[in-house]
Amino acid sequence: METLRPDNETQVVEATQWALSSQSSLEICGTASKRGLGRPMETAARLDLSRMSGIQLYEPKELVMSALAGTPLAEIEAALSEQNQHLAFEPINYSALLLGDGSATQGSIGGVFISNLTGPRRINIGSARDHILGFHAVSGRGESFKSGGRVVKNVTGFDLSKLIAGSYGTLAVMTEVTFKVIPAPEKSRTVLVLGLDNNTAMRVMSEALGSPYEVSGAAHLPERAAKESKVDYVTDANAAITAIRVEGPGPSVDFRCQALRDIFQGTGEVEELHTQNSKTLWSEIRDAALLPDKGDHQVWRLSVPPAEGAGIVRAVLDKVDGAVFFDWGGGLIWLSIKPQTDAANKIIRGTMSQGGHATLIKAADQVRSSVPVFHPQPEPLDQLSGRIKDAFDPHRILNPGRMVAGR
Amino acid sequence: MKMPEPDADILARRSEIIRKMQDIVPGEGVISEEDELRAYECDGLTAYQQLPLIVVLPENTGQVSEILKYCHETGVKIVPRGAGTSLSGGALPLADAITLGLGKFNNILEIDYENRCVVTQPGVTNKAITDAVEIRNFYYAPDPSSRIACSIGGNVAENAGGMHCLKYGLTTNNVLGVKLVLMNGETVELGGKHLESEGYDLLGLITGSEGLLGVITEVTVRILQKPATARALLIGFPSNEAGGDCVSEIIGAGIIPGGMEMMDKLAIEAMEGFVNSGYPLDVESLLIVELDGPEVEVDYLIGRVDEIAKKSGAVSIKISQSEKERQQFWAGRMAAFPSVGRITPDYYCMDGTIPRHRLPEVLKRISELSQHYGLRVANVFHAGDGNLHPLILYDANIPGELEKTEEFGSEILKLCVEVGGVLTGEHGVGVEKRDLMSEMFDEEDLKQQQRVKCAFDPGGNLNPGKVYPTLHRCAELGRVHVHDGALRFPDIPRF
Ligand SMILES: Cc1cc2nc3c(=O)[nH]c(=O)nc-3n(C[C@H](O)[C@H](O)[C@H](O)COP(=O)(O)OP(=O)(O)OC[C@H]3O[C@@H](n4cnc5c(N)ncnc54)[C@H](O)[C@@H]3O)c2cc1C
Repeated sequence: METLRPDNETQVVEATQWALSSQSSLEICGTASKRGLGRPMETAARLDLSRMSGIQLYEPKELVMSALAGTPLAEIEAALSEQNQHLAFEPINYSALLLGDGSATQGSIGGVFISNLTGPRRINIGSARDHILGFHAVSGRGESFKSGGRVVKNVTGFDLSKLIAGSYGTLAVMTEVTFKVIPAPEKSRTVLVLGLDNNTAMRVMSEALGSPYEVSGAAHLPERAAKESKVDYVTDANAAITAIRVEGPGPSVDFRCQALRDIFQGTGEVEELHTQNSKTLWSEIRDAALLPDKGDHQVWRLSVPPAEGAGIVRAVLDKVDGAVFFDWGGGLIWLSIKPQTDAANKIIRGTMSQGGHATLIKAADQVRSSVPVFHPQPEPLDQLSGRIKDAFDPHRILNPGRMVAGR
Repeated sequence: MKMPEPDADILARRSEIIRKMQDIVPGEGVISEEDELRAYECDGLTAYQQLPLIVVLPENTGQVSEILKYCHETGVKIVPRGAGTSLSGGALPLADAITLGLGKFNNILEIDYENRCVVTQPGVTNKAITDAVEIRNFYYAPDPSSRIACSIGGNVAENAGGMHCLKYGLTTNNVLGVKLVLMNGETVELGGKHLESEGYDLLGLITGSEGLLGVITEVTVRILQKPATARALLIGFPSNEAGGDCVSEIIGAGIIPGGMEMMDKLAIEAMEGFVNSGYPLDVESLLIVELDGPEVEVDYLIGRVDEIAKKSGAVSIKISQSEKERQQFWAGRMAAFPSVGRITPDYYCMDGTIPRHRLPEVLKRISELSQHYGLRVANVFHAGDGNLHPLILYDANIPGELEKTEEFGSEILKLCVEVGGVLTGEHGVGVEKRDLMSEMFDEEDLKQQQRVKCAFDPGGNLNPGKVYPTLHRCAELGRVHVHDGALRFPDIPRF
């Protein structure tokens, strides 16, 4: 397969025009770190945006940055960290999970937004989609367009930024993106509660999140998951771990940690992780590195109403051989299961009657071809999504079939 | 402002449409008498008025669905309406359209503390949501100044903001789900009590879509625990530059205040004259900075902001010592509109956003424009996020003054775009800024947005004449133009 590496937006327009006129299709990628996400595709050529790289604008005091889509995430994070800022939504690094190599490329900024990757801080700061302010792109119609701007408060026209975030390259080729950056917290600590069962943990997390202490991470690791951590405290506990993170100015963090410890008094033994250990643990949670059975196990990511988390896991693990851990106060479930031809699709999605969705993150190509990777939608919604696709890419030349078979 | 020509066929079908609506919405839900229609002739942008064809007030999603289906099939236009507080004419009626009022959708359906969310009908006011969860010390964060009156459905449709958005986000960051009736009568549920909606983010798209894509009949919002304490600083500066610098320095220091509002001299005078907030009258610009959180955090940050303010050249600093004093600091700002209303027969509220550091320059140019037009301007400013509300003072009874005011307003918005900002930060495009859209977007940008509209409403029956200056037919928008010669393989670096 041929790979096209455009240097600029004009060449992206040419590539899409070529695909249109020759009735071919394009696979869009940045640094290809997330090729394994979504349904496998067969396209005539690959459009690789890695040469369209570089930070275009960074104004720390305005809390804003723009970068070409192919800019490596590492470069962005380095520039931000020099100014004590960060991408507050903690983009997931899937390389350990998908490529089996945690040190491998973390991807491009375009890839981060186009797949709306969001880590533990989702519960109080939102997703990638909440941080994108504007973008430039080339549609599947072979036309370049832009949307949004560089300011946070903007209701001028439809918010296409939301639509492009999480579209997995099926609507348009994003060439440049502008996003919010946020001051990094002065201090970060994690309170651990040891030995809780899933139900009690959900209650404890709910209480923490319903407190005025601005919790920025709430995860529960059953013992098997806790064992996978590189943080000694967590592994050596030989118990399930419920982790609650607080961040902010020093005196405030000290106070809030103590206040949370007071709340947890009597529920279980309480520990505290400081800066480095806290950071390590939350990156493990973010990247789903705590799932046992790495190898060829299949991995699901379920987003559910937080209070339903424990019940759904019980129902699934009753029928399927697997392991889990929870993030987002119970609202996000990472599940790994023994490989099966249908990836236990019916069982898993069958438990989610109260709303939410399940995404098949990791499985062999043929499984991801036959099992819907993204949660199937009710008919009117599915049809509407199809019409949206047609509004941007009527001839289905961009990442065809990546999200839904046939489009 | 030119609205689309009313469709004579529809006007001729009025009684048939009334009968059909009465079938769908029994009882008092159909309003057709002129004196009753008057109540709906405008929204918060009172300069524009138009009687609707009729008003229909459905009570449930099923009725909304039937109404839309009928209208879709028979080409009748619909203007959705919440509380009618839009400042951009989003809910302005059309002579040949049904105004669909959501006022009867006024119940909160569920308060779910465990999942920290509220499920509500769209006609419930913004403030009523906070009121309903206050007993457990929760609140709904986005707080537009109109919160006593505006509906949560209208907030979603406009992506409303407020004083506390810098830290807690806009409506779009606080909505978890909606039930939406499409123009063809189908009902879809987007999002829910879980945090992420998968597939295309239609929830994000709907938020701020100004009633052009569907009718919202249910909303799920997240609620937060109230911060333990809040204190505010009232800081006066000898110039707008100094005030603007201080804002930048605070944010540059990594502090995101719960609220940060700035106002200029005329605004300060108007507010202090109306509400006794203790605002200093000898300063050029005034900043209210509110810090919230645990007491230790608030005390610590107050100290830091105090230091930064001094370095930025503040000439007066007051720090609230009690909840009463904090509220007193805010009282003036909260009453910005009525305060200004007291010193002028009429005023016109603008709503552009600019990159924050361009503030001094923008204020200077606004004051030049003010001289040019001979109209005074009071500026209030959501300083933290660059959202500027110049209030132009005028007298509608003086012939030509409204037109002059509108022209002045347009110049201000063009200026916002010129310095890298946008036409509207929170009030929406509506009819008001419709014809300025091309200042910010080129033809292709606008066409792509309208293609999205076509995916929802191919007949263009939902809130027509709003937001987009030129209406293209969907068939025309759908055509793909392949450039000549594009058939050869493109001349792009290949591997
Ligand atoms: C004094 C005053 C202060 C204000 N302060 C602020 C402020 O601080 N921040 C801010 O953001 N705004 C502010 N506004 C503007 C206004 O209150 C907001 O835009 C509000 O969100 C509108 O809500 P509403 O229910 O009145 O909607 P309406 O005015 O009735 O409608 C607004 C738009 O939403 C659409 N719509 C309404 N309900 C629905 C529905 N259920 N489904 C689909 N579409 C619907 C309408 O078609 C229309 O386009 C202020 C207005 C006033 C008068």
